[in-house]
Amino acid sequence: MADKIYEEIQNVQLDEIFSKPYDPELGEKLYNPQKPMENRITDIGPPHYAQFFPPVIKKNYGKWKSHEIIEPGVIKYTSETGDVVYAVRCATPRLATTDYIREICEIAEKYCEGYVRWTTRNNIEFHVTDEEKLRALLDDLKGRKHPGGSYKFPVGGTGCSVTNIVHTQGWVHCHTPAIDASGIVKSVMDDLFEDFQNMRLPAKVRIALACCLNMCGAVHCSDIAILGIHRKPPLVEDERLEYVCEIPLVIAACPLGAIKPATVEIDGKKKKTVRVNESRCMFCGNCYTMCPAMPLADGEGDGIAILVGGKISNRISAPKFSKLIIPYIPNEPPRWPTTVKWVKKILETYAQHARKYERVGDWAERIGWEKFFELCEIPFSEKTMDDYRLAYDTYRTSMHFKFTSHVEIK
Amino acid sequence: MGDIKKHETPTIDDLKKGPFPSFVDDIEIFGLNKKKQACLDLLGQLELSYKNKETHWKHGGIVGVFGYGGGVIGRYSDQQDKFPAIWAFHTIRVNQPASKFYHVSALRKLCDLWDHRGSGMTNFHGSTGDMVLLGTTTEQLEPVFFDLTHQMNMDLGGSGSNLRTPSCCVGKARCEFACIDTQALCYDLTMTYQDELHRPAFPYKFKFKISGCPNDCVAAIARSDMSIIGTWIDDIRIDQEAVKAYVGGELKPNAGAHAGRDWGAFDIQKEVIDLCPTGCMSWDGNKLTIDNKNCVRCMHCINVMPEALRPGTDTGATILMGAKAPILEGAQLSTVMIPFIRLEPPYDNLKEIVENVWMFWMEEGKNRERLGELIQRVGLANFVETVKLKHIPQMIREPRSNPYVFWKEEEVPGGWKRDIAEFRKRHPA
Repeated sequence: MADKIYEEIQNVQLDEIFSKPYDPELGEKLYNPQKPMENRITDIGPPHYAQFFPPVIKKNYGKWKSHEIIEPGVIKYTSETGDVVYAVRCATPRLATTDYIREICEIAEKYCEGYVRWTTRNNIEFHVTDEEKLRALLDDLKGRKHPGGSYKFPVGGTGCSVTNIVHTQGWVHCHTPAIDASGIVKSVMDDLFEDFQNMRLPAKVRIALACCLNMCGAVHCSDIAILGIHRKPPLVEDERLEYVCEIPLVIAACPLGAIKPATVEIDGKKKKTVRVNESRCMFCGNCYTMCPAMPLADGEGDGIAILVGGKISNRISAPKFSKLIIPYIPNEPPRWPTTVKWVKKILETYAQHARKYERVGDWAERIGWEKFFELCEIPFSEKTMDDYRLAYDTYRTSMHFKFTSHVEIK
Repeated sequence: MGDIKKHETPTIDDLKKGPFPSFVDDIEIFGLNKKKQACLDLLGQLELSYKNKETHWKHGGIVGVFGYGGGVIGRYSDQQDKFPAIWAFHTIRVNQPASKFYHVSALRKLCDLWDHRGSGMTNFHGSTGDMVLLGTTTEQLEPVFFDLTHQMNMDLGGSGSNLRTPSCCVGKARCEFACIDTQALCYDLTMTYQDELHRPAFPYKFKFKISGCPNDCVAAIARSDMSIIGTWIDDIRIDQEAVKAYVGGELKPNAGAHAGRDWGAFDIQKEVIDLCPTGCMSWDGNKLTIDNKNCVRCMHCINVMPEALRPGTDTGATILMGAKAPILEGAQLSTVMIPFIRLEPPYDNLKEIVENVWMFWMEEGKNRERLGELIQRVGLANFVETVKLKHIPQMIREPRSNPYVFWKEEEVPGGWKRDIAEFRKRHPA
């Protein structure tokens, strides 16, 4: 059956539609607002993946035998057929203009027969089949810079490095964020740039950022996670609430049952609204997701929490969640120096103390979290002690602990 | 194209410095070159956010294309006077090709389309995997959709309480570890469930993610309601000569991933045998032995010595369910539901399970309740029974430590109907 898929892939050709120039007037010609179903095509799904495989990828589908990172950012794959392909990995800021994409296209056309790939972590991968082209491509990429001096396509992010940061929209394009995303990513990656480009760490380090608790960036299983948090309960806009919100849904949306219905009088008119039991609020923002008349964002209150020690891979230890170790750092645009400082401190301490192959979470578990706080010089806060669902699972119920500086002997 | 206005952005201009690619430089130069006021207005609004540390995007706004209930996310600025070009600035999710390979002809045409009909700004890619077109007005939504379907053979991705755009790792296209055809399965599921992807009928979002091996490069186990992860059921393939080459230092361990530091000579005992989580390997100085029956397929030994070790050849996938981020009940990883399933087109065995799960979730799930939360609410054992799977120990890490079993009446001899008079004959009060 695998052979059948191989055969199918060989037969898929690049769709000719892409070679026809874009017609800027066709949309208006075909779409008739009076008859919206006219000319409508629906449910065609994505383009077939195999038409975009470079020839060497297509030919060797399912035949790859091994790989080697020959230098940071360059992985050489060897096939059973004897073919090799070099994948050159470059970071991108994810937020990209069409001209940035066109420049990627120009490079792909020059060196890679017009093919390029994006990774799950917003890197791009260029594929070349010989060393000469590889060297020319690497030289070319090195020389491409923005006017401010930043690299457009820095090569790295392989092996035991810090690869590109998975992140969200932040202030650039989201309505619920507590922090920006792109600016913090830029600030952190500028500072960790050497670790993007060398492979000196004990294991790979995955950093992720989510600009609010909705966690579009899935930071809950990352080695180091930067998370936007609110710290003030929602404002309640009594005048507007009944017009824009379904009150029963808002009440049901609160995981702590902190919202109850209420009626207020405004200018002699009775209005349906809600009241929030503020001491019960954990600032998750789920009410705001359901109701635009309950905003939480606040320049003074919002900021960053740092979580560490999560992982996805099943390698050696099971996948695990990131743990909250710094409950709050204020928003410090444009460079977020305190956040950058702590990320760097955690990374350096890990690099110095962890054993080969140990991920951040594996290291912290081996030495004990009390030791982790001590080594990283992170002040321990009662706010890192869980008091939500299943909190008991995190309590220490054994004699197995270390005497760190936290223990006062009286 | 009239005059364009560049706003003063001294704060975010700082983000032009430093080695990592600057999105500020990219957007500003593009805005000036292409006379895109939206780009300059976006930077102007971002500058304002950097000053007062709050977002200036309004909540929601329901927009879309006819007949679809997802794929477009409405977005409006709350600074219409200052930044009119981004007052309406909607997002369009375009379903990416599985594993995100592209040819420049497709990318360039998409760029032309987006320059004409939108801001020219994108996210390549969104967290779920879509190509995200960032910023256009309501009037442009239908023409964009017509352009995509007529001129690009492309379609929208998922949003809201829909099936979200499925995504997968690079798979067999460029990885020797892949145990399943991730792209083929991703494409098939996406095409089979177009209706679920475009028209909301679920209690909340539902995500499929497909990884080719337990390294799980798309984070399926952490992010998807149904995680499909390739695995094998036979023995790890061993090339003993290559093992010796690693031991002898001729091959670089971990495919060269540790090359940035001198970690000393490779020690197979310390770095492989002793780190195996089940202790199922041994090395006698000449031969590597693996007790495959006790292997949990963590991939460590294979990752360290990829030239010498390969996954077995009897391959399939493990199906896990219920992962999600913390909102609301706390973060969940997916739970093992099917330890091994063979996956071959047309994947009817998998689709039967998918549809059983959806049927139960659509009947029992509360508004905005993810599958993982439903499983917790009804209990794993109940869920397993309802979706017609078999209870097996692989589904749990350890047995319960409390005795509070919900016995059913039919499980107890004589049932629960008893006569208190009869009881009192034996036990006077």
